[in-house]
Amino acid sequence: MLSDDLRDLYQQVILDHSRNPRNSGELPQPCLHAHGDNPSCGDEIDVWVKVSDNGHIDDLKFTGQGCAISQASASMMTQKIKGKSKEEAAAVREDFRRVVMGDGTPANEDALGELILLEGVQKFPQRVKCAMLAWRALEQALEGK
Amino acid sequence: MDWHRIRTDFPILDQQVNGHPLVYLDNAASSQKPRAVIETLSHYYERDNSNVHRALHELSNRATESFEAARKKAAQFIGAASEDEIIFTRGTTEGINLVANTWGTQNVRAGDVILVTGMEHHSNLIPWQMLAQRTGATLKYIPVLDDGTLDSAAIETLLTEQVKLFAFVHISNSLGTINPAKELIAKAKALGAVTLLDGAQSAGHMPIDVRVLGCDFFVFSGHKMCGPTGIGVLYGRMALLEAMPPWHGGGEMILSVTMEGSTYKAPPQRFEAGTPDIAGVIGLGAAIDYLQAIGLENIQRHGHELANYAMQRMSEVPGIRILGPQNGHRGALAAFHLDFAHPHDLVEFANSHGVAMRGGHHCTQPLMKRFKVPGTTRASFYFYNTLEEINRLVEVLLLARKFFT
Ligand SMILES: Cc1ncc(COP(=O)(O)O)c(C=O)c1O
Repeated sequence: MLSDDLRDLYQQVILDHSRNPRNSGELPQPCLHAHGDNPSCGDEIDVWVKVSDNGHIDDLKFTGQGCAISQASASMMTQKIKGKSKEEAAAVREDFRRVVMGDGTPANEDALGELILLEGVQKFPQRVKCAMLAWRALEQALEGK
Repeated sequence: MDWHRIRTDFPILDQQVNGHPLVYLDNAASSQKPRAVIETLSHYYERDNSNVHRALHELSNRATESFEAARKKAAQFIGAASEDEIIFTRGTTEGINLVANTWGTQNVRAGDVILVTGMEHHSNLIPWQMLAQRTGATLKYIPVLDDGTLDSAAIETLLTEQVKLFAFVHISNSLGTINPAKELIAKAKALGAVTLLDGAQSAGHMPIDVRVLGCDFFVFSGHKMCGPTGIGVLYGRMALLEAMPPWHGGGEMILSVTMEGSTYKAPPQRFEAGTPDIAGVIGLGAAIDYLQAIGLENIQRHGHELANYAMQRMSEVPGIRILGPQNGHRGALAAFHLDFAHPHDLVEFANSHGVAMRGGHHCTQPLMKRFKVPGTTRASFYFYNTLEEINRLVEVLLLARKFFT
């Protein structure tokens, strides 16, 4: 028998994103780029972002390798963030962080959409860094770090 | 041998994890402790606890006696010529750092070569990288072949008279490879190199005789062989130890101290500054007694059986690739890659079924790069593991396959 926690962690939608990542690949230059990794587990991700002059995220893609959680989170992130302003992206990121860390309630839960499915990570504190990997890279890319 | 009875010496193994009987397969990271070791530790703290060497009262006498008895046991355990060649450390890592910072600093010069292999644990790599940076020496690696063994043709070209030190792992914690230590050491010594053997995965798994092996230094950790954490041994040949400067300064390691300078004790005390892990040392002594009562040959044979059975059963899992030697000559572990699940997802899944394994790079990042895997999952065995547990592992791997594909 599988525990409920494990089933929550690896929901079908999450496994589907990890097996068939959306927006996978690189964007042509010029664009913003950041590399993120979790040295302790070897997960790696590269995020490419195209931001228009008025601060809109027109396109973003990622490549990487890692566990189902880090890959699914990256895939879902790209779908959610595409078309948002940098400020909106930052707000979603903060809400997502709250959800996976179980750290307070999100300001706008509805805006998270499918991402809420990664809530199960809360029960697995060691996996928070997997879920946040792509988001940290996105933040770095947007801040030009 | 009645291995099922021996298993009952380990109280921790008798428990449920996530609703399943615990199957502990992370022994290469740290082994479990038999009751005999746990009781030795509590007896020490309940009856004999005191500082060693420095006082004349009864408790200190008892503590000192047990402490030094453990040194004799350790010497005998690895075939050292004298207990004075046994230096207590925090573990393998500290032992290697001690050698790098004393013998290394004293003897290694710019232009020298420090030779290691491509399958070293970071603890037998970083101290040498640091030494090379400090001294201007060059660090070279013997490549690892696809089958997980060392490239013997490359050894012939890399092992030259420039090699000051040859440090390598006895049994690889990531591949299970058992390196031909005796032959390699003989080759290196013929060219004048000093040799260090990393015995973290071999001590407690097979009989060790440092004089047969011929190494100058041998290092191991207590916690991987039924002993407590925080204690390990550095063996060094006396001729080398005597010529080595101290590393840490402090109490216990000095003969006399003046404001202008100090003189140091002979080995091993020269290298044991400060109050040691007394309970750890005594616990390690108990672990050695325990292992020797079972017999290291028996433990080796059983480990071999477990490894071979695991290799055979695990290869039934579709999409599995087991790293390291396939011919049965391997240590009691199997690290593998699955085409359907990342190591961390698999380890999480196995944990929810009570099976404890480790996923990741196992502190051998260059090796993971070499085999083009981001990491592996490792099942590592000790003599208390059973064939039933290996069956259970395979069952869980097959369940994982269903779950993740
Ligand atoms: C081959 C090898 N060398 C060195 C070490 C380091 O041992 P410790 O962490 O006890 O110092 C390990 C332990 O993981 C090991 O497997």
